[in-house]
Amino acid sequence: MIEAFGLTKRYGTKTAVDDLTFTVRPGVVTGFLGPNGAGKSTTMRLILGLDAPTAGTVRVNGRAYRDHDSPLHEVGALLEARSIHTGRSAFNHLLALAQTAGIPRRRVDEVVDLVGLREVAKKRAGTFSLGMGQRLGIASALLGDPQTVILDEPVNGLDPDGIRWIRNLLQSLAAEGRTVFVSSHLMSEMAQTAEHLIVVGRGKLIADTSVEEFIARASGNRVRVRTTDPTALATVLTGPDVRVEATGGDALEVSGMSTDQVGIAAGAAGITLLELSHQQTSLEEAFMDLTRDAVEYHGTTSTTTQSTTEGGSALTTAGANR
Amino acid sequence: MSTTTTKSHSTGSVPNRQSAAAPKKVTQARVVVSEWTKLRSLRSTGFSLLAAVVFILGLAVLVTSVTVAHWPPNNAREAAGFDPTSRSLAGIFLAQLAIGVLGVLLITGEYATGMIRATLAAVPARLPVLWAKVIVFAAVTLVVTVPSALAAFLLGQSILEGKNLQTALGDPGVLRAVLGAALYLTVVGLLGLGLGALLRNTAGAISALFGVLLVLPIIVRFLPSSWADPIDKYLPSTVGEGVMHVHTDPSALGPWAGFGLFCGYAAVVLLLAAVRLRRRDA
Repeated sequence: MIEAFGLTKRYGTKTAVDDLTFTVRPGVVTGFLGPNGAGKSTTMRLILGLDAPTAGTVRVNGRAYRDHDSPLHEVGALLEARSIHTGRSAFNHLLALAQTAGIPRRRVDEVVDLVGLREVAKKRAGTFSLGMGQRLGIASALLGDPQTVILDEPVNGLDPDGIRWIRNLLQSLAAEGRTVFVSSHLMSEMAQTAEHLIVVGRGKLIADTSVEEFIARASGNRVRVRTTDPTALATVLTGPDVRVEATGGDALEVSGMSTDQVGIAAGAAGITLLELSHQQTSLEEAFMDLTRDAVEYHGTTSTTTQSTTEGGSALTTAGANR
Repeated sequence: MSTTTTKSHSTGSVPNRQSAAAPKKVTQARVVVSEWTKLRSLRSTGFSLLAAVVFILGLAVLVTSVTVAHWPPNNAREAAGFDPTSRSLAGIFLAQLAIGVLGVLLITGEYATGMIRATLAAVPARLPVLWAKVIVFAAVTLVVTVPSALAAFLLGQSILEGKNLQTALGDPGVLRAVLGAALYLTVVGLLGLGLGALLRNTAGAISALFGVLLVLPIIVRFLPSSWADPIDKYLPSTVGEGVMHVHTDPSALGPWAGFGLFCGYAAVVLLLAAVRLRRRDA
């Protein structure tokens, strides 16, 4: 269980995490979704006590991370950008971490086998590919057999086989009743792995919802319609929240109305329809829509100078994340 | 979590708790063990220590051999002030580069690679990590430098015997100077560790360390002597090296008082580093 209350982190003038309140529950995989620079990594650093929040608090398994006597047994984390000394072997890296909590050597062997690094365990981590580095990071997250697992972009650099392996691993961890919190900037990946989603954009919470709901809401009422007279049809499709867009040729895209409503309106006006279909928005599009809205919201509520600073400092965050 | 699990309980690909053993607290002793694993598992540790030993022994042989070959010196003053102990310990000044860099890298290597995040996530109290590094580094450096300094001394004296210039460990101040050489190297490394933890940057910390030890005394010498002398008396390099000299300058601090001050400088840097480690984001 991870509970964040009003979590805020500012670096200078840039607000990386802005008043985030959310709860990550045990038993399901929770996806932490947002574009690059949305504050995902920063939030994870705050959860692990690596950075101190400017405001707000975050608790893991009921306590601040720092207050756990044996943190590796409570929370296992895969941190972004490989938090591994390149000159040390995978085995010794894990052994050193394990020793801080009195975890025995055989457990190190076990997690090495689990992530499939047995053959290269004695090689220096600097020689590892990105995918092997990720596996090593996951091994370190599992060392203490923790109740809560936090993984930052775990599928980065993994091949399809590795991605499927991660997916199964995360789901089986959740099935055992553990809390699993996984960040990603890929909506499609999260849709296949996670059950619950926490979506952030520019450090703010955009959505805290089940994946199912998110997909349903994102697909919305988008209707594609082809007609002999698009101009006339556009004028009869009116109503609150209805938007009509000409998508070229004889086609319109209507949002805010169902196919039934469009068909009835066209019939009443005597307009011939050539095609009438429900549009399934791709998840990726839905996600982009959502986060674009967050950006637009910022643009309209802040002055030009402010939005310039924010645009500029988005780069700074990317740098700080590294 | 589960209290009823037995060996037959298997969860397929997911490891279960009995293999991870019961949760144990993070203690200073455990962090020391962890830091020892970290130190011994990097090649740079072996190379740096080997370099230090080679410098200490190699220069002892070289300097004493050259001394014997050119004895007696043309300059009578040089003959009068001859210190056979310091001739055999000349390599300490070169070895301090290797040991100092090792001390710096012990912590900046973690910042450079991102390892520090894994380290501090495992030990969120943070300070035990710094203290463990101090303990492990000091122990390892002493274990290497005490025998090296003794060996360099004995080797050097056996060569100086060729012209009957040798001294013995039992002579006044000699054992103190030889052990002091090992202690000096250790504290140089700890000062490097402190600067590394404070600055979190390899190049910056190495520059600061050798700027203070090697460059600062040169700059002070450019000052008028009414300024230079009292400043030089308390410089880290002066007070640190004092413990290695058998013949001490009467105007200087005593060898142990000076060395104590040198340790004090290192302690202040380490304390500042501890404050920064505790307060600042990783």
